Amino acid sequence: MSPGDLSAILLTLKLAGATSIILILIATPLAWWLAHTPSRLRWIIEPAVALPLVLPPTVLGFYLLILLGPAGAIGGAWVQLTGETLAFSFSGLLIASVIYSLPFAVQPLQTAFQSVGTKHMEAAATLGASPLDAFMTVASPIAIRGYFTAAVLTFAHTVGEFGVVLMVGGNIPDKTRMISIAIFEHVETLSYTEAHRLSIGLLIFSFLVLMAVTILNRRTPVRAG
Amino acid sequence: MTRHILSLPALSLLAGIVTGIAGTVPAQAAEATIAVAANFSSTADKLAKAFKAASGETVVIASGSTGQLYAQIKQGAPFDAFLAADEARPALLHKDGTATTAPSTYATGRLALWSPIPDTIPEDGAAFLGQAELKRIAIANPKLAPYGLAAKESLTALDLWQTYKTRIVMGQNIAQAFQIVAAGGAPAGFVALSQLLAAPEDLHGSHWTVPMDLHTPIRQDAVLLKRGAGNPAAEGFLAYLTSPAGCAIIRDAGYQPPDTCK
Repeated sequence: MSPGDLSAILLTLKLAGATSIILILIATPLAWWLAHTPSRLRWIIEPAVALPLVLPPTVLGFYLLILLGPAGAIGGAWVQLTGETLAFSFSGLLIASVIYSLPFAVQPLQTAFQSVGTKHMEAAATLGASPLDAFMTVASPIAIRGYFTAAVLTFAHTVGEFGVVLMVGGNIPDKTRMISIAIFEHVETLSYTEAHRLSIGLLIFSFLVLMAVTILNRRTPVRAG
Repeated sequence: MTRHILSLPALSLLAGIVTGIAGTVPAQAAEATIAVAANFSSTADKLAKAFKAASGETVVIASGSTGQLYAQIKQGAPFDAFLAADEARPALLHKDGTATTAPSTYATGRLALWSPIPDTIPEDGAAFLGQAELKRIAIANPKLAPYGLAAKESLTALDLWQTYKTRIVMGQNIAQAFQIVAAGGAPAGFVALSQLLAAPEDLHGSHWTVPMDLHTPIRQDAVLLKRGAGNPAAEGFLAYLTSPAGCAIIRDAGYQPPDTCK
């Protein structure tokens, strides 16, 4: 394994880890709201959350590049604040990944919260628990498998990200060069041995992740009623 | 309360970790990041190593397709210089002021007719093509790729375009054209000589280097970008491309080195 490939792997794990942590924090209230709200706004929010599932990553990457670039709304403000460009930096990739992997965090959580229902929350409320208390001590533990699935899928999906990191990242070694880009570059430069080494790693990793999720969802039945 | 999964201290700790991770973008002083067209990236790596040994300056190579790198530069990507695969994009960057120097040719691509099977392509490739023994031939899309256009021009110059027009297997770029032939999709194809020299030994097979007078020169131009002005690593690396040592590396990789170093 070359130092360049090793650094791409570490950088990818860092990006996927940070994306998972941030997304669990963002997706929890969003998924809860989507699972229980009577509001008609959900007919807009729910498809908006699912959008990264169907959009070609290059479309997403293109708009993110414009948004995060120095002339864009977010990128321009960032330059004013920090003097650095947001696109082509790790921070920019992190923002892009959070948007790109959003449905992979929200959807499993939403399903889990839906199956938790509101009965337990109401029971907790009659015992004097605040909504936040009830959510933390009653609903979240019941939905723990949803959290696990969301975290694992988000992590795995971010690891395999290609189109978005190609557009927004800039393939800068040690800064924005991810595994998928390294593989692409190995293929383009005919280094098939190196491309194979990285690809087979990703293939096995993806399979193991899906197997873990499958086993987990089979073994323990849902505790909610 | 003790069963909290995400307590407030834990949340702020996570937030700290995340901002810590996001904040680690190091700013190095004597280092240049050079955007390099994919076809030249392995050669650029060799040049960067030799340049580092000679001068002590560090050059980081970021590679991609010329069009994609151009779009990124326009969006403020942190590149100090740009080694493109064509003449058009560096000229545009110079025109709009993103590049501080006029474009200069750092390498000229050599086209080759290649088959992975030894003894297929004889020394006189033009005569071989004229006998029209090839049932299929792979080329890059002439509308998208300079090497594809050069292949079309060469066949036209040999008065063979009509013969081969219906036998073409087309790749989107020169890397795809190479892959088509390597995978057996066509017995031979027009590829870059540089690809051939960089390919694994068992793929070398036989080839004919197309004479440069059969097609428009495949010039690859470089520019210094505004961000790299005054950066000794960026300016030094561009100068190194025309030094005797740099030219030797470029020639060995299968390109015609710049005229300025002959």
